[in-house]
Amino acid sequence: MSATVTPVPVRAHLRRRTALSWLRGITIAAVTLVFALPLVWMFAAAFKTNVQVTDPSVGLWFNPTLENFRSIVEAGQILRSMGNSLLVGVVSTVLSAVIAVPAAWAVGRFDMRRTGSLILVARIVPAISLLVPWYYLFARMGLVGSYTVLILSQMFVSVPLIMWIMISFFAGLPVELEEAARTDGLSAFGAFWRISLPLAAPGTATASLLAFVFSWNNFMFALIFADDRTQTVPVTLFNFISYASTDWGGLMAAATLITVPVVLAAVLGQKYLVAGLTSGATKG
Amino acid sequence: MSTTEVSPTARPATVPGEGPAPARRPRTFEQANRRLKWTMLAPALLFVGLMIVFPLVYTLDLSLTDAFGAVNAGRTYVGLQNFTDALGDTRRFWPAAQRTLVFTVGAVILETVLGLALAMLMRKPFRGMRWVRTVLIIPLLTTPVAIGILWLLILDPTNGIANHLLAGVGLPRQEFLGSVSQSLPTLMLIDVWQWTPMMTLLLLAGLTTLPEEPEEAARVDGANGWQRFRHVVLPMLGPTLATALVLRAVDALKTFDILYATKGAGGGSDFEVETLNVYAYGLTFDYQEYGLAAAVLVLFTLFIVGVVVLLRRRGGRKTA
Repeated sequence: MSATVTPVPVRAHLRRRTALSWLRGITIAAVTLVFALPLVWMFAAAFKTNVQVTDPSVGLWFNPTLENFRSIVEAGQILRSMGNSLLVGVVSTVLSAVIAVPAAWAVGRFDMRRTGSLILVARIVPAISLLVPWYYLFARMGLVGSYTVLILSQMFVSVPLIMWIMISFFAGLPVELEEAARTDGLSAFGAFWRISLPLAAPGTATASLLAFVFSWNNFMFALIFADDRTQTVPVTLFNFISYASTDWGGLMAAATLITVPVVLAAVLGQKYLVAGLTSGATKG
Repeated sequence: MSTTEVSPTARPATVPGEGPAPARRPRTFEQANRRLKWTMLAPALLFVGLMIVFPLVYTLDLSLTDAFGAVNAGRTYVGLQNFTDALGDTRRFWPAAQRTLVFTVGAVILETVLGLALAMLMRKPFRGMRWVRTVLIIPLLTTPVAIGILWLLILDPTNGIANHLLAGVGLPRQEFLGSVSQSLPTLMLIDVWQWTPMMTLLLLAGLTTLPEEPEEAARVDGANGWQRFRHVVLPMLGPTLATALVLRAVDALKTFDILYATKGAGGGSDFEVETLNVYAYGLTFDYQEYGLAAAVLVLFTLFIVGVVVLLRRRGGRKTA
């Protein structure tokens, strides 16, 4: 480890460096495999028969079958839940972006850290402490089980998340652009709408994608506020455990179905998603 | 939405460099924006007020009452009775608080150390970086319930691949989630699997922003790799490390999905993974003890805020 500074003949030095970089590559590959293999195991299990799933000696080489997918789709609930998750995710994300992006502009542009952190308190408050009063109030209003409540509760996660990402994005846009737009005759809002918002489009897309994924994954709100009709995917998956705990193949097929969109998002938007997840943490 | 605020008359008339703005708009840039910024913030503030502040105040109110059973049932104020009940409960409350702390501290320390090591390894660009980052981001985005049942399969005491692999290297069979004593450590390891990549990505992002000169200077002065890491990189990475730690600690304190998906209500037959989050959930939705649950939540929220303030202050002092 400490070799690079001690004077060694150039050739030995180079050989040592090559060896070290190989060691580094192998370590990175091994660690990456540790993070990847459990999910590979899940995907593989989705294509195994129930006998093969519970036989650990059946590794990753077997005759794949689509039987598990056929049976869970025929059972019905999964596709309906995916539709519900899509609906709740899209609507809550769009509404959250409409609320959060202008607010992030105001906070980022004018460095209103105090107001900003007031809103970001939502990042700290445990969702469960809101779930209790929400449940108490929404149940009295007879709203439990409705899409409205699912969407509203999800916005509790999405609004702060989108703000969190967008504040640093707007803070990084040069204010001169907007000032120039103002001298060219745009109103203050016009400068935001015509200049800053289009420039912030990539950030908004990243933030929205993350907000959608978090909505797709959210379990606790859906467990309480969804009924059989409005059930979202994590709840359907959870119910599978109790109803069909022996049907590992079906369980893994369902888990795979709801994970595939997320993996696709990760593969296609890797660069932006990483930027989104890490923004705020490195700048704020 | 509305684009009508773009003044249609002023725009074509103004040529860049032509002179001052028309007299019909005497407000300065800052004045106009000052009004605008509150307009832009209003919906978010309204949302936060209605969906967060009001419910929190309502929780506080609920915690002072004996609310129980049907949500329409009447409730009477009982003062701090719920708080004394919760704080006097050594069977569920205190063990849950202890588990929350053990889970959070254990998982976050492991994630930080492993995440930092991995970030240092990945610091210099290498071929395949893109794919490694893609693999790292997937656990963060995967539905926790799916992760829970996946690990139930992998860690199954009789049919799981984990025990098969352990047997392969001559280690004894483990019960993992099947046993009372191993459940919490096992869930900590699952959390480490899921969230170490987040630490790595955050710290990697932090590392790439560091200037290279101090390290070069240390290298010239004869500092070895460990010394450069310990005395140059680590102090510079301090603020990022502190922020990442706070973020992860806050989320770990609130862990619910995987605990509930793998061990069910009450955190297992012996409450073995019942954290404050799972406990409060059970009190509310299994026992309908709204008053007591609200008191537990007030305590839980204060606890989290306390942790954040503490970590923030320490992190701040370290960076100052």
